[in-house]
Amino acid sequence: MKAASFSYVKPAALNEVFDLLARHGDRARVLAGGQSLLASLNLRLSAPELLIDITGVPGLAGITVSGGTVRIGALTTHRQIERSPEVARHLPLLAQAVRHVAHVAIRNVGTFGGSVALADPAAEYPACAVALDAILVLAGRGAERRVRAREFFRGLYDTALQPGELVIAGEFPVSGEAYRSAFLELARRRGDYAIVGIAAHARLAAGRISDARLAFLGAASKPVLALRAAALLEGRPLDAQAIAAAQATLEDDLELPADLYSSRATKLQLARVLLGRALGALNG
Amino acid sequence: MDQTLLTTLIVNGSAVTRRVPARQHLSDFLRDELGLTGSHTACEHGACGACTVRVDGAIVRGCLMLAVQANGRRVDTIEGLSDSGELADLQAAFHRRNALQCGFCTPGMLMAAQDLVTTRPEATREEIREHLSGNLCRCTGYQAIVDAIDDVLAQRRGAKT
Ligand SMILES: Cc1cc2nc3c(=O)[nH]c(=O)nc-3n(C[C@H](O)[C@H](O)[C@H](O)COP(=O)(O)OP(=O)(O)OC[C@H]3O[C@@H](n4cnc5c(N)ncnc54)[C@H](O)[C@@H]3O)c2cc1C
Ligand code: FES
Ligand code: FES
Repeated sequence: MKAASFSYVKPAALNEVFDLLARHGDRARVLAGGQSLLASLNLRLSAPELLIDITGVPGLAGITVSGGTVRIGALTTHRQIERSPEVARHLPLLAQAVRHVAHVAIRNVGTFGGSVALADPAAEYPACAVALDAILVLAGRGAERRVRAREFFRGLYDTALQPGELVIAGEFPVSGEAYRSAFLELARRRGDYAIVGIAAHARLAAGRISDARLAFLGAASKPVLALRAAALLEGRPLDAQAIAAAQATLEDDLELPADLYSSRATKLQLARVLLGRALGALNG
Repeated sequence: MDQTLLTTLIVNGSAVTRRVPARQHLSDFLRDELGLTGSHTACEHGACGACTVRVDGAIVRGCLMLAVQANGRRVDTIEGLSDSGELADLQAAFHRRNALQCGFCTPGMLMAAQDLVTTRPEATREEIREHLSGNLCRCTGYQAIVDAIDDVLAQRRGAKT
């Protein structure tokens, strides 16, 4: 199908974007990579009157490392993240995750900020941001604020973004020496959104696991941390018994709503399998 | 009334300037305005890859980019790559391996394949499949397509040594 009619504007400064958003309110939509937005316009799932292309705004793309933080600008593409030596070195969880985001031709164009702002419950970055306790930098006219990813994602396609606000960047703490990461997901086909996935990050020292962050995607209306499983693992050797106990608690940790293809029972089984594999990978 | 914007693209090496409706995606522009019907449109929501073209050297979905977003950029289509001879060995291998039947997916497959053989010359069969995961074929299936690309990778590696 074809998109309904709309107007298009490509401002060259952030202030112009905020002015346009203020003037047009919810009749306008921000356009970044367009890899989700244009698909939904072609399907006529929505029909904004104005698209504000933000890719002409300078300073919103790129990855920088300073003072123990990796900052990823909103307009950084999936492809840039995939190829970034900084991400490979300092954020191995994200480096593993990005390979699961869509396909090459989409990764060449889609952006970090677009994925975060969209907040698809099965998307990879939101779960990584929650696992790594990242901060999202948001800006509106005249004001910038920082929100923890754990508070930013509120529900199905629902975030802490206020009308007129943009995601400017994500700030991820550099992963510590003793920490290990594993990102795994099960999808019907490679590149599809996950049925269920896990972003696992934990400290491993002398064979014991601590500070485990087990963020699941596709398991609720937003990324969720399996808190009971993590508490149960704290300080224990990562042996078969500990893994089985963590798997058993997942039922209480995760909502796992059934979808068109998978029942709650199926999703629970998949989540348990993934948790087992992820813990195995952390230990490996 | 559709808003139109003056848009200039470098298509297969030549500059073209047109007034383009804001909502027209790049694939429709190439096909309907310029008569370049080699790249196809099917799903028009990013799922099939039939519309794959190159923008500033990187493969993209023509159906998920507005023509006006490509303003000032270089767009290369299957026609350009075919005429320049860039795809000759891939095309020969697809032919030899029966890697197409109706041919609907083939332009997109060739664009993705060419991207792979130039960016990942050491790709394994598994990596070929991964790189083509965004391109669907409803008739041939993937075995013959992977075989054809695998052949070309081996040939190009052989040619270098
Ligand atoms: C076939 C297919 C498969 C896909 N598979 C996956 C997958 O497996 N995993 C995955 O994560 N994604 C997947 N995607 C989506 C893809 O990753 C998108 O690139 C991403 O979700 C949105 O990024 P974008 O830059 O394209 O945003 P756009 O499509 O331009 O925008 C998406 C939404 O976010 C808003 N927005 C964009 N940028 C900002 C900003 N900086 N501040 C505030 N609001 C903003 C827009 O207004 C819009 O509402 C897939 C897409 C397709 C077509
Ligand atoms: S027509 Fe563009 S991906 Fe199917
Ligand atoms: S050859 Fe017919 S769709 Fe691939």
